[in-house]
Amino acid sequence: MLTFFARRLLAMVVTALCLTFVVFWLTNLAPNLEKIAKTEAGARITDAEVESWLDKNGFGGPILLRYGEWLGVLPGWTQVEEDGTVRGRCLTEGVDPAAPPRFCGILQGDWGHSRVFRTEVIEVIGRGLALTGKLMFWVMVVMVPGALLLGVLAGMREGSRTDRVLSTAAIATTATPEYVSGVVFIAVFTSSAVGLKWFNGSATSAMEDATFVNFTLPVLTIALYGMGYIARMTRASMAEVMTSQYIRTARLKGVSFPQVVIRHALRNALIAPFTVIMLQVPWLLTGVVIVETLFNYKGFGWTLVEAAGNNDIELLLGVSVVSVIVVLVTQLISDVGYAVLNPRIRLS
Amino acid sequence: MTLHPTVGTLDSAASLLDRQRQPVLDIQDLSISFFTRAIEIPAVMSFSCTVMPGEAVGLVGESGCGKSTVALGIMRDLGVNGRITGGQILFKGRDLATLSESELRQIRGSEIAMIYQEPMASLNPAMTVGRQLMEVPMIHQGATAAEARARALEVVTDVRLPDPERILKSYPHQLSGGQQQRIVIAMALMSRPALLILDEPTTALDVTVEAAVVQLVKDLGRKYGTSMLFISHNLGLVQEVCDRLCVMYSGEAVERGRVAEVFEHMRHPYTQALFRAIPLPGADKNARPLKAIPGNFPLPHERPPGCNFGPRCDYFQKGRCDARDVPMFDVPTAERHDTRCLRFQEIDWEAPPDSAGLRDRREPGPVVLRMEDLKKYYEVGGGPFGGKARRVVKANETLSFEAREGETLAIVGESGCGKSTFAKVLMGLETATSGRITLFNDSIEATPIEDRDPKTVAQVQMVFQNPFDTLNPSMTVGRQIVRALEIFRVGASDADRRDRMLKLLDLVKLPRAFANRMPRQLSGGQKQRVGIARAFAGGAKVVIADEPVSALDVSVQAAVTDLLMDIQREEGTTLLFISHDLSIVRYLSDRVLVMYLGHVVEIGTTEQVFAPPYHPYTEALLSAVPIADPNVKKTHIVLEGEIPSAMNPPPGCPFQTRCRWKSEVPGNLCETVVPPMRTLAPGHQFKCHLPEDALARMQPVIRLAAE
Repeated sequence: MLTFFARRLLAMVVTALCLTFVVFWLTNLAPNLEKIAKTEAGARITDAEVESWLDKNGFGGPILLRYGEWLGVLPGWTQVEEDGTVRGRCLTEGVDPAAPPRFCGILQGDWGHSRVFRTEVIEVIGRGLALTGKLMFWVMVVMVPGALLLGVLAGMREGSRTDRVLSTAAIATTATPEYVSGVVFIAVFTSSAVGLKWFNGSATSAMEDATFVNFTLPVLTIALYGMGYIARMTRASMAEVMTSQYIRTARLKGVSFPQVVIRHALRNALIAPFTVIMLQVPWLLTGVVIVETLFNYKGFGWTLVEAAGNNDIELLLGVSVVSVIVVLVTQLISDVGYAVLNPRIRLS
Repeated sequence: MTLHPTVGTLDSAASLLDRQRQPVLDIQDLSISFFTRAIEIPAVMSFSCTVMPGEAVGLVGESGCGKSTVALGIMRDLGVNGRITGGQILFKGRDLATLSESELRQIRGSEIAMIYQEPMASLNPAMTVGRQLMEVPMIHQGATAAEARARALEVVTDVRLPDPERILKSYPHQLSGGQQQRIVIAMALMSRPALLILDEPTTALDVTVEAAVVQLVKDLGRKYGTSMLFISHNLGLVQEVCDRLCVMYSGEAVERGRVAEVFEHMRHPYTQALFRAIPLPGADKNARPLKAIPGNFPLPHERPPGCNFGPRCDYFQKGRCDARDVPMFDVPTAERHDTRCLRFQEIDWEAPPDSAGLRDRREPGPVVLRMEDLKKYYEVGGGPFGGKARRVVKANETLSFEAREGETLAIVGESGCGKSTFAKVLMGLETATSGRITLFNDSIEATPIEDRDPKTVAQVQMVFQNPFDTLNPSMTVGRQIVRALEIFRVGASDADRRDRMLKLLDLVKLPRAFANRMPRQLSGGQKQRVGIARAFAGGAKVVIADEPVSALDVSVQAAVTDLLMDIQREEGTTLLFISHDLSIVRYLSDRVLVMYLGHVVEIGTTEQVFAPPYHPYTEALLSAVPIADPNVKKTHIVLEGEIPSAMNPPPGCPFQTRCRWKSEVPGNLCETVVPPMRTLAPGHQFKCHLPEDALARMQPVIRLAAE
């Protein structure tokens, strides 16, 4: 188990390096840099001025070198101005100019400065993650038990009326993307058009104080979409387990139907959906982008939209690092959980 | 719970007398149908059978004859589509067909228990063995967890599993196939059922393991006084286990009676045909060939009028056998013997089978294939990130033999003995670790199949075990054979190849119209014929037949075996026949090679290998094979323990952990030294330390009682 863990961690680090490099390279393409130079130094500067601005501000070197600086494995750039003051990557406000740190990258905890929010990237991301974490937590609380229950109920008697009704509902929710269901929910539950003013159409107040009224709709919008998918997976897995020979063994041992389902089928049926649930987490991040924008909830997804829309390279890089980590960690949890649920893997 | 075994036996012995009169199970005119949207498919029709207390009744028939449906019908577990459409299933006087779900639950697992074909699939993979066992008394006797555990421990000891405490804590996948089946048996015996239904309980197991499991079932049945319904297609097993049997054909019981009575004085043509189709001692491919049953099993909705067996029967009389449904007749000469044949009193049952199939023996030609000290080791474990230490699996150890033109060499051994690895190396799917394979003066041991020229590939071909998986389901039969011809670069043009393909279909006795059929439209035997045609497409000189008939029904096995023999005779092919079934090996092979854990332990002509002195492993194998002949007396040798893993073989002689002759060898020679190959007679070699005098004392395992 330990070697398994160590190998997975190593693979994760390698994957994270590759992915962040790709993002770094794409955000640092020439047109992007030119745009930055023009926003910072004036829109009408010449190409030569752009070039010199970029050189002065540390955007000039080869991409690998700058990736190393950003990561914190290569020393940050320094430049002596004409007036003798030294500027550099690591020489930000509040740093002693006499003895600047040599390295200042992600690894040192220096995630850079957000041009849009005019503050440290790590602060922006931390705030966004906390808010999105709250949203995701409630989504999971609603979605996972609901989906598993639906799936198990539908799958335990394949082809029955319960199965057909639940399966149809599951397909309907999966087939409705968030930007449709979100708009429909807002129209039905908040506007005066229908008259059901049960919930708030905006979740801005939920950032401080989440209540049933202001938080239900965003949670429901995300949860419903994922729920159908997980329920379908659980149903398929459950239906397959219910036809297996060991279920027949249990039945012919005199075990009652509810006990067959709970004691014999459930654990085996949950092995496959568990992986799906964990893979759902990074996938939900994309849903968060839409829902947070729709309900004006300033979480991680909203931050991503702002960063991308305003060419905020440092923030964008920070967001992608977090996303990569989320994806890899959920993968790891899914693998470990799979092994724990399935004794055939755990004890081989 | 006071369930001490001794008290239990006394109890059952005392109450046996007054229970004797009433059968445990009495099935009367049972009919079961499966309903699809369009039609009703009758699977079992007016089936009757009784099981008395303590009696073991065999239910015999080929796949699709309805024997498993009867078992599930007794358990009332026929699925959504199955329904009992008539008759009664009286269990201790109560009709199971009319019981409610909750009444049924009380009987299932407690009074009637079932043992299944595939032990691995029948055990819950995510639950420890102990919990699965404990569940039974907890449901039925309301036992506490501690009581149930004590009982589980007791039963696991009863089924002779080593280290019961550890077994109870393990998950099913940590046990071997034989151990798993013992657990399934233990689970069935947890609440001492009155009736045990065994559905092909040993089909998935190796012969020596099968022998041990069968012995166990017999002993436990006697100990607990349990009645048994033993479902099998293997007549030999039925003869070993059962008191009475019931032969089924196409949903009907066709013959019922005492085992010895039915085996020796059968009164139904189907039973007779079955016996003529299986290789019994004395059968010989040249002098007394097997007789296949012509035609195919009728599909349930295409049954003929009158006698179901009519179209395949030698004694069929038009206008009489197909006039009306045939009832069961009582055979007057014996007690409780019935047959579903109108003509049973007219047929001369003692008449020998027509001997039209006599063939001349063909002398083997020059050496075609020679193996010298072939070794194949696999390395397992290890990876880019370290991990487990690398281990070596010695799949084949110093394999040496030669095979001649037109000869049949049987390679015998249980799973894991390395016979499949050897086939892979010969085919070129793997390359040898060391040693030489010479095929017509060419060394091919180091040439993988993709580097072999088409001629060599065409010369060495294979017939696979499972014809259901080895044909491409989306290609017509003709196309698949033509494809083989193209690969072997046979034939000048497409027309030429098509012509050859049709000739190949003739060769394997399939109608030419089959060229345009898809594999799914063919029966198992027909698919295997296509497999054979494909193997012989390029004029193969050496054909490896890997258990070619073990997936087929008895009546078809004989036909496919005969076909292989016929082609071999015509083409002079060298046949390497891989099998674990010693009956068929004795019937068709010229020489036999016995393998154990990668070693050749014995090699010789069929007569030499099947007569003493044997290698101790050969002796055990021979003893394990069930033989469907009451006149045969066998010495029972039950091998203890499991086959060691090839990853971690025992030191010295590979067989020393299970050998019953080990004490005859002085010192600890067996544990320390791998025995050398000894020559006993010209062409007869074996690997054993046993001294000459011990060999001289060896008795034949199989003896025919004086005929």
